[in-house]
Amino acid sequence: MASFKSTKIPIYPKLGEKVTPDTLYWKNYKAPVQIKEFGAVTSIDFSSLAPHNYAVTASTRIHIYGPFSTEPVKTFTRFKDTAYSGKFRSDGQLLVAGCEDSMVRLFDVSGKVALRVFKGHTKGVHVTDFTSDCYHILTGSDDYTCRLWDIPNSTELTSYKEHTDYIRCGITSKLNRDIFITGSYDHTLRVFDARVEKSVMTMDHSQPVESVLLYPSEGLLVSAGGRYVKVWDLLKGGQPLVSLKNHHKTVTCLSLSSNGQRLLSASLDRHVKIYNTTNYKVVHNFDYAASILSLALAPDDESIVVGMTNGVLSIKHRKSPEEKREMAGKQRMQPVYRIFVKGRNYVPKKDDFLVSKPVKSHLAKYDKQLKKFNISKALDTALESWRRNRKPEITVAVMKELDRRGTLKNALAGRDEQNLSQLLNFLIGNVVDPRFTPVLVTATEMILDIYQAVVGQSSVVDRQLVRLQELVEREVDYQQDLLEVLGMLDTLFATVFCKCTHLYVYLNLCIQTGHKATIHFFGTPSNCLSLLMFL
Amino acid sequence: MVEHAEIRMVHRGGSKINFREPVITNDSRFLLCAAGESVNVYSTSTEEYVHDLQGHTGLVTGVVLNPSNHLQVYSCSADGTVRLWDFTDAILIKTFIIGYPIYSIYVSEKHGGVVFLVVPMANYKSSELFQLVAVHLPHSGDQEVEARELSAVLCDVSPHAGAASFGREGEYIAAVRGLQLEVFFFKKQKSYRFSLKSGKKKGAKNAFTCISCHPKEDCIATGHEDGKIRMWRNFNQKKEYTYSTLHWHHGAVNTLCFTPEGTNLLSGGIESVLVHWHYTQENQKDFLPRLGAAITHIAVSPDGSLFSTSHSDNKITIIQSCVKVSAVIQGLVKGDGVWTNLIIDPRSKALVLNGKPGHLQFYSLHRDKQLYNLDIVQQEYIHEEGLDQFEVVKAAFDARGDWLATVEERRKKGAELEINLKLWAYDELTQSFVLNTTVTAPHEDQITAMFFSPSPETTMLVTTSLDGHFKAWLLADHSDANEGFWACDFVGGYHLLKPGCCSFSADGSLLSVGFQEVVTVWSPASWELLTTLSQPPGAIRDLCFGRLSCSKYLLGASTKNQLCCWNLLTCSLEWSTPMDVSLLQTDPLSENMAAFCSQSGSSDLFVFKPSEPRPLYSQKALCTGKVQHAVFAPRDQMLESCEERTQWLNRSQLYFFTQHMDLLTFSTKTEEDRLLASSKQLMVDDSVAVTPFYLLLGKHRGQQLEKQEALTNPMAERTQLPQGSIAIKELLHTPAHVLPSASFLCAMFVRSLLISSSSAREEKEHEEGEMEREEEDSEGEADPRLGESAAWGPPEEFGAPALTKAQERELRKVKTFDHSWLSSLLDC
Repeated sequence: MASFKSTKIPIYPKLGEKVTPDTLYWKNYKAPVQIKEFGAVTSIDFSSLAPHNYAVTASTRIHIYGPFSTEPVKTFTRFKDTAYSGKFRSDGQLLVAGCEDSMVRLFDVSGKVALRVFKGHTKGVHVTDFTSDCYHILTGSDDYTCRLWDIPNSTELTSYKEHTDYIRCGITSKLNRDIFITGSYDHTLRVFDARVEKSVMTMDHSQPVESVLLYPSEGLLVSAGGRYVKVWDLLKGGQPLVSLKNHHKTVTCLSLSSNGQRLLSASLDRHVKIYNTTNYKVVHNFDYAASILSLALAPDDESIVVGMTNGVLSIKHRKSPEEKREMAGKQRMQPVYRIFVKGRNYVPKKDDFLVSKPVKSHLAKYDKQLKKFNISKALDTALESWRRNRKPEITVAVMKELDRRGTLKNALAGRDEQNLSQLLNFLIGNVVDPRFTPVLVTATEMILDIYQAVVGQSSVVDRQLVRLQELVEREVDYQQDLLEVLGMLDTLFATVFCKCTHLYVYLNLCIQTGHKATIHFFGTPSNCLSLLMFL
Repeated sequence: MVEHAEIRMVHRGGSKINFREPVITNDSRFLLCAAGESVNVYSTSTEEYVHDLQGHTGLVTGVVLNPSNHLQVYSCSADGTVRLWDFTDAILIKTFIIGYPIYSIYVSEKHGGVVFLVVPMANYKSSELFQLVAVHLPHSGDQEVEARELSAVLCDVSPHAGAASFGREGEYIAAVRGLQLEVFFFKKQKSYRFSLKSGKKKGAKNAFTCISCHPKEDCIATGHEDGKIRMWRNFNQKKEYTYSTLHWHHGAVNTLCFTPEGTNLLSGGIESVLVHWHYTQENQKDFLPRLGAAITHIAVSPDGSLFSTSHSDNKITIIQSCVKVSAVIQGLVKGDGVWTNLIIDPRSKALVLNGKPGHLQFYSLHRDKQLYNLDIVQQEYIHEEGLDQFEVVKAAFDARGDWLATVEERRKKGAELEINLKLWAYDELTQSFVLNTTVTAPHEDQITAMFFSPSPETTMLVTTSLDGHFKAWLLADHSDANEGFWACDFVGGYHLLKPGCCSFSADGSLLSVGFQEVVTVWSPASWELLTTLSQPPGAIRDLCFGRLSCSKYLLGASTKNQLCCWNLLTCSLEWSTPMDVSLLQTDPLSENMAAFCSQSGSSDLFVFKPSEPRPLYSQKALCTGKVQHAVFAPRDQMLESCEERTQWLNRSQLYFFTQHMDLLTFSTKTEEDRLLASSKQLMVDDSVAVTPFYLLLGKHRGQQLEKQEALTNPMAERTQLPQGSIAIKELLHTPAHVLPSASFLCAMFVRSLLISSSSAREEKEHEEGEMEREEEDSEGEADPRLGESAAWGPPEEFGAPALTKAQERELRKVKTFDHSWLSSLLDC
């Protein structure tokens, strides 16, 4: 006597993103901690010293947070106007910040009052940074100049006035104390050498530059401006390598992951995108609630800190391995000792006589009904599961099973208004899903056959029927569009080249199965044509 | 026919064991069932085959226990004889020659010495009219007795088993046919007929299907086509009979059976549910569901503790006290069709073909026994007529047997085809196949062929379909810890023609796909179309690459009576011959190919090498009808025949299915001799339950006994001693772990060296004793107790190698002792 074989729920291909090592890595963060700042968060900088505090510049203050604190461990409030670009020195002892009032202040991290105040700029200073020898400071200002200052003497060393618009970003080389790079709203990036009077290299980004970044090797430079992220090869004299256009609003901030393998870009479009630095493909994407102005990664990617225009600072901490395990454990129900465990872990002794008890297999609710041949109830329970946890696969599988048993019509018949409208709701939701269409089309036809006599008696059902009709019409149009694409491709491929046969066959299959990706790829028939012309 | 003397066609795969109702013996230890031309005896506790009763020359159509001696059975056959057997020792006691083909047999305790047979009406031999006759079996000492005294009891009865039944204590017999129930009372010598209306309205189909009479009360239960069971009472008069109706079955009631005490009624039908009705409370019933296939017969052991149900898939299940299936006896399932062709599993060397619906069966050819069923469809099977079920239509193994690919298909009326491609990985741990990948709708139309690439480096599967494409499937690399899955690697086509067949070359470097008239040759490594070959007219039906020295040849059989052979080096036609080849099959171990040709209603077989002009072997008129399925199965032991005609059977054996689903094979004389020799070695002591473990141990013991024999038998000893004493050598050469303890051997060994003077005399005495026993045996029919004790003794004496006399005596003592105990138990 065989046991009842439960209904197979097929595993359909997921239409969402693929699970890659990258998604697993970047999804492994806890829910973000949110801290409200006084104004838009313009800059975040991590200290390289052990606890890895970070300075958050927002409005007229700089807060320093500990790695796991939600309250600032230190606050610098001696700014007359909006502060910008609070940066730690590489030894973590000093902090420099620019200000809208054109003064640059240097703080001791443990002190409160500014150690030095550098005066000389005529407009707000948006860019500050320490050089790699720790004795100089680079500043860039809205007065189009960038200057180098000496810390011990608090004197201005050099001033460059080559940019023709606001300087909003800049970075010093970590390997050479004299090299620094600035980006400006005049669309250019300039590489300066403190030993030389003029800039040594100029690159045209063709958009106002918002952020620059050097690779650890400092052979490559990344700049962000407008919707573009561009990568430049400094060793080849500033030759552009790649231009990435993955955001649909201005990219405001760039960052590298700790191992230098991934590049992160944050944008006003509220996304953070993560690129693979070998092929510059987007491997992951974070969504945030508001436009992002600043972004920083803690060493070892322990946390991602993002500052937004609405003044919210969002901190995501990486899950520790124990927590990860805990999460996995939590999903399983803890067994109740009295019911599940009692006696289970008893090891029989030597002379014990063991009576084995058959293991009882548990059936799903709909399977229990199917086993008893209660077909209507089986369909009801399956619909229930769809309403509860939105799993149309189960409902479709049960419908398929009923169809195989030749009793789908009986199961669909004899329903009242409420029941029928539920059923129609389900159909409207899923009938055009290519994964379920073959089964649901038969079910729809059966429903129309069964209930055609009562059409017009209930306004609810009638409305749903009209919706269903519209849906089907739309789908038919859509399929027709797809066929048109296919026809165009046919003619093109027939005339052009035979190397594309594989692609063609793939497209053919895609279109025949109504693959959504195809239409994403092509958009519209005309788009597709232009693409082919390009090829 | 001299030329065919050494190659013979042999039936394989057993016969139908569900043809007639089986019989369970009184002590519930054996189950007897009609199987083709013999009666098979199975052990009920271990489901092992014990032996068979051979002697009938026609289909056995019924087996019943002899009511006067429960160690004997009657069997009737279409060859017109009734035979009486001692089933414990498989001895034919008597043969009664009736002279007409017999369709079923009934006996009753009240009518001693009389059997009731269903035979064709004498006047209408050709027509479909049958009568129930009573035959007095004459007492006589002869082995063969003519029993021609037939007295008709009922005319116009149904030839099916279960259409007649004896009533309370044999007072009446009831039979059904069509819409009529007839009861014959022996005392009054009068019969009553009751008929039902045909009942066209409300879908009622009133025709009777089966009958069973209550053993203690006057009540007849009849089964009907619409699933109703009617309980007839008060039928000893024409007018005032009554019946009540029980209805649970939705299909026809195939069989009915009362338990011996009459407390329960068992019924079964197509639903494959054994329904257990309580006789007194008729609305109370128990079920034993999901028995696997439609129930065709139910039998109950005389003490009511065991039930057995025969199923339409050639299976008998034994059920203990109506709740637990305790044993399943399964024959080769011959379903509606073999869509998968015959395949050999490279690992177990078992023949694989469609079994139960939605299953593949693995049938061991060497043991002639079904190994197991693999559930492919994995869906609850709904036993209902007219449903479109999933069927396994294609199956293929890869070269090492690590992967199994199956295609299942369900065609709905007026709806699109549902196809699933499933790939199964062999799991070493569980020793069976585990589902790895399911591909729903791998093609848009029927899959016509499916093969694995035989090359050992890549596991690649190619499917061709009527949708005009062929697809190659590859195992995706398993990057993580979990196993890889299969994915489509390449889709190919040729001018939108429909591919009908495909074949890989022996090393897997070439793939040929037949697109109607055109054969395309591809390189699976780069998926380049290498060349096309064509020999119109006629679409290509079958493609085969040559093997070993003939691997440069590609053979194709086309629909227009042509067999072509292309040379792949020159890409030209080597030869072609007009032949209507229905099937082309290559031997994987040699260059040989077998072509089955259908000609004027019968099939011819040609075995040839593609490189040689003359066939190695040919046989005209192999069997009637087309041969559609055949396979070369590798032998486990190579034959060394030098005979030119039988050489092709040295490495592998050719199995094929005829149109009537008989599995046939070719066997040579040398092989048969070997088989005969090996079968003699295996003797089974039936006082121990026959388990596979026992068989193993028994063999082992047998070997030991033989050795002892060699040691103890003085005759052997005397002749062998001068020639360097083989016995001693054998004793020294056998591994120590198979020998009994040394102290035990020593005494015997020393004793064996003595020449016993009394042994010869004793032997003679013993033989006389045995003869006496046999005489008792034949007389013993009247007295069951006496016959019983006699029937047990002798078998070992013949078969088992001689023990020392003392041992033998001891053994016999134990046996008789054991026996009296058992018979006393039976008496009470």
